[in-house]
Amino acid sequence: MLSLYAPGTSPVHRTRAGLKLAALAALGTGLFALPRIEVVAAALVGVLVAGLVVARLPARALWAQVRPVWLLLAALFGVHLLVTDALTGTVTVLRLLTLVLAAAVVTATTRVTALVAVVEWLLRPLEVVGVRPARVGLMVAMTLRFIPVVAERAARIREAQAARGASGMRLGLLVPLLIQVLQLASTLGEALDARGADDVPARRPRRA
Amino acid sequence: MKTRDLAYIALFAAIVAVLGQLPAVPVPGIPVPITAQTLGVMLAGSVLGAKRGGLALLLFLAVVAMGAPLLASGSGGLGVFVGPTAGYLYSWPVAAFVIGWLTERFWRRLNLAWALVANLLGGIVVIYAIGIPFTSLYADVPLSVSATGSLAFIPGDVVKAVAASVVAVAVRRAYPVIELPGRRATAG
Repeated sequence: MLSLYAPGTSPVHRTRAGLKLAALAALGTGLFALPRIEVVAAALVGVLVAGLVVARLPARALWAQVRPVWLLLAALFGVHLLVTDALTGTVTVLRLLTLVLAAAVVTATTRVTALVAVVEWLLRPLEVVGVRPARVGLMVAMTLRFIPVVAERAARIREAQAARGASGMRLGLLVPLLIQVLQLASTLGEALDARGADDVPARRPRRA
Repeated sequence: MKTRDLAYIALFAAIVAVLGQLPAVPVPGIPVPITAQTLGVMLAGSVLGAKRGGLALLLFLAVVAMGAPLLASGSGGLGVFVGPTAGYLYSWPVAAFVIGWLTERFWRRLNLAWALVANLLGGIVVIYAIGIPFTSLYADVPLSVSATGSLAFIPGDVVKAVAASVVAVAVRRAYPVIELPGRRATAG
């Protein structure tokens, strides 16, 4: 449930994650630099070919990403009909649609671990100011682990409050929930420290 | 930054994710629903402070970008960062940082009124100041159009700011996470 990755072995899947992200950024920049209908239409066709034909993604995987924005795109086209003209509206809407689809293709063909590695690589220059890129993976893992924990604690507190006759008090739920999970996070931090997570690694990895 | 701080940051990234799974309130005529997710932005800033609150939202956005469908609409991946309303997403870490920064300034005398000032300024003014011009520039529509579209969200946001402030004051009393620089002498 927690990932939009669709496994595969296509050339798109095998392209390096950093390259795909760079291509996405280049596409975004290019489409805004050249707001012309033929450029945008070509890009849209290219993205659809890469996603549906080369990477063989199911159409609904792409649709799932377009669904949340399509109403917005339709509304946007309406606004453009009123304040500019149909051509500008078409270019603007197709440009956004192309970018959303391209991003969906990258997301569906790239493993989470590969994306984490790219983020760590991008953060590497920040090492000089004390940022530790290797911690990104740990933080992502902790976040994903905390999600069911927070949901489960919330359900438990709601049950306890219902048993005491309280009902529908959302704020009354939030305060005990936050205090409980803050304590939990603090304990987790101590446990990680006890296992050596706080050790500052040497500049070059050394074996003891 | 200590390991406990990393855990707090990950915790609030998760809280924002959980708040996004609560049922959203649809607004008639506008294709974006009212969600509890910005409540998480406000809570992160007012409980963790500027640095950790801002980082919690950056982490949340990073996890979404990596393909976890954690936004209120059940969407995620890189697509949401290039959509016409992406400016609101980009505003979240800034908003949490500003709320946290103000909360730290008000920390000694923090009551409902001061917490409300922090949450209204950071959680509403900052978010709209980034989101509205972004949509306007990015989707090529006049500023007035994207501003009008946002008006429907103001009442809901005020309710969330009040809720976040009440919770922030209560949590400060029971489990203060923000430490003032002067009192950190004993901490490692």
